[in-house]
Amino acid sequence: MIAIEYYLVLGAALFAVGVYGVLVRRNAVLILMSIELMLQAVNINLLAFSTYLIPRGDTEQHLGFIFAIFVITIAAAEVGLALGIVLRIYRNRSSVNVDELNRMKW
Amino acid sequence: MTTVLVFFLILAAMTMIGAIGTVTARNVVHAALFLILSLLAVAGLFVLLLAEFLAIVQVLIYGGAITILLLFALMLTRARESTLKLDNNQRVIAFLATGAIFAALTVIFLLSDWPDPIQDPQRPGFTGIAEVLFQQWAIPFEVASLVLLIALIGAIVISRPGPEE
Repeated sequence: MIAIEYYLVLGAALFAVGVYGVLVRRNAVLILMSIELMLQAVNINLLAFSTYLIPRGDTEQHLGFIFAIFVITIAAAEVGLALGIVLRIYRNRSSVNVDELNRMKW
Repeated sequence: MTTVLVFFLILAAMTMIGAIGTVTARNVVHAALFLILSLLAVAGLFVLLLAEFLAIVQVLIYGGAITILLLFALMLTRARESTLKLDNNQRVIAFLATGAIFAALTVIFLLSDWPDPIQDPQRPGFTGIAEVLFQQWAIPFEVASLVLLIALIGAIVISRPGPEE
């Protein structure tokens, strides 16, 4: 087993790249892709903590695995719903660039 | 250099190449393909973390379903025909902000005093996860199915054309 820091630093790098995508991209679908990257980083961290730090026979055995399963489930629901919203916005505004959706901007 | 470390470095490089390609690609379909590369490499990392069930779920749900949904959305919104640039003009400040996030997290992770990793971690396997999920976490599991049902109905209601269209 390699040290846990490898996984944690990789998770941090993946999360940072996802944040960059959310901040920089204009297309709403590309922003969703960046959010998926951030969720992946979270999953890597959860699994690393679960595998490395929960001792055998603990009452919270495999807790990180359960969390990761729920993260994947919620991510699937989120993508389905968000793409429905994106299609509706495209039909109403003929654009999915988030910086053009400024009708509610003060 | 142990074998695990070599595999980890290969998979980590694939993950980061895919992630950086996703956020920098000039073509939206290329961004989706880079995202698939990144997600599959993360599935390999799950295998290294003794989570082969989650690796399979990752390939099925992310590699299959979610990327196909994203590609459909790109197609239906005619993103490829758009001649506008894909990035806004905040690149420098966004790069600085994310660099700060990465640096802070890395410093915290490396300076923290982690407890010694377990020498022979238990591989949960399919039966281990099933036992924990369906006994200890049965009610959250059922609630998750309810969430999926609501998301399904909501997506249909939102994207369905209204009577005026």
